[in-house]
Amino acid sequence: MKKFKPTKKIVFASEKEMPMTPMSLGSMLYNLTGAWRNIKPVIDKAACIQCGICWKYCPDTSIYIEDEFPVIDYDYCKGCGICAEECPSKCIAMVEEEK
Amino acid sequence: MSAETKKKTMKLTLPEEELMSPGHLACQGCGATMAMRYMLKGLGQKTIVCIPACCWAVIDGPFPHSSLGIPIFHCAFEAAASTASGVKAGLEMVGDNETTVLAWAGDGGTFDIGLQALSGAAERNDDIIYVCYDNEAYMNTGIQRSSATPYGAWTTTTPVKHFKNRPKKDIVAIMAAHRIPYIATASVAYPEDLVKKAKKAKETRGTKFLHIWAPCPTGWKSRPEDTVKLARMVVQNGIFPLYEIENGETYKMTIKVAEKKPITDYVRLQGRFRHLKEDDLKVMQDEVDRKWASLQKKLI
Repeated sequence: MKKFKPTKKIVFASEKEMPMTPMSLGSMLYNLTGAWRNIKPVIDKAACIQCGICWKYCPDTSIYIEDEFPVIDYDYCKGCGICAEECPSKCIAMVEEEK
Repeated sequence: MSAETKKKTMKLTLPEEELMSPGHLACQGCGATMAMRYMLKGLGQKTIVCIPACCWAVIDGPFPHSSLGIPIFHCAFEAAASTASGVKAGLEMVGDNETTVLAWAGDGGTFDIGLQALSGAAERNDDIIYVCYDNEAYMNTGIQRSSATPYGAWTTTTPVKHFKNRPKKDIVAIMAAHRIPYIATASVAYPEDLVKKAKKAKETRGTKFLHIWAPCPTGWKSRPEDTVKLARMVVQNGIFPLYEIENGETYKMTIKVAEKKPITDYVRLQGRFRHLKEDDLKVMQDEVDRKWASLQKKLI
């Protein structure tokens, strides 16, 4: 529900630092998948009916809720466009990304 | 927004807890990640997941990182159900009867390679939840045909000239024949229904089997934004009706379809069916109608 904060990638300087058994030490939040995006969703707050459907269908968990409105986390949004397609009030537009 | 506008509160239909973090390695518009997100919303933090070779073995991320907030056990391709049985037995040994053990396999790991381990676990009635997220081919290794691939579909091993001419294997009927306590089908387009089924599976003792429909834009050659639309269409046109089976006998429809639609719209959205002619579509439609009629007889 809250914005995810990017973390640092874990890098081992040598094999001595590695744990004895392979296990997860950190999350994938270091991987900013927003760079994969060609088109980005932009929410028009005035037309939003606050149904939460975009939040519900996001496959990348990159829509969070702030002040009772959905907000897109551009750090991680891959630009698949499901939110724009499923929005009942059509208030999400897919805009070309400027580099 | 002006200050005098009445502040509306959002009503969310799913649990708020997020156990799947962003940054994972799934393709754009992946259905399998949505399935995992909803499943974990239903099961909660006290879960261990066993993942064989499948898309999710990659999506989760490379060592030492993981995109899930729960323990994961990466196991061999054919051993998802037996690994989960072992994890559950180990937990019971140390007195932990609360933790849910989830085996999370793709269609290759369930329909083809993992079938004997799954059948064994179902016969022993081990207390695990087995989920098959079905994207209808070996998507992770490069879209090869599996026994879950439907009639007419293109894959890299069934090219257009020799497209698959056998229908999809009916895994739910195979599992129903084991008479396990709970079997359900679910689709990512109906997350409330999926979460409800996950919660019901968590409360039931014995082997539970969930078959989740997870569209794959990469392998189906569809647009990424159509994932949810495709997952909804399969339910509406009767290709993948949503129902649950208790003890292998009691069939119950969970999403009722008032009027079954023709499959044409669904087929035309996907590049893997582009080569099909009207006659082939008729074969597909007849197969869907036959399965639908046989399901209607079983419903109470």
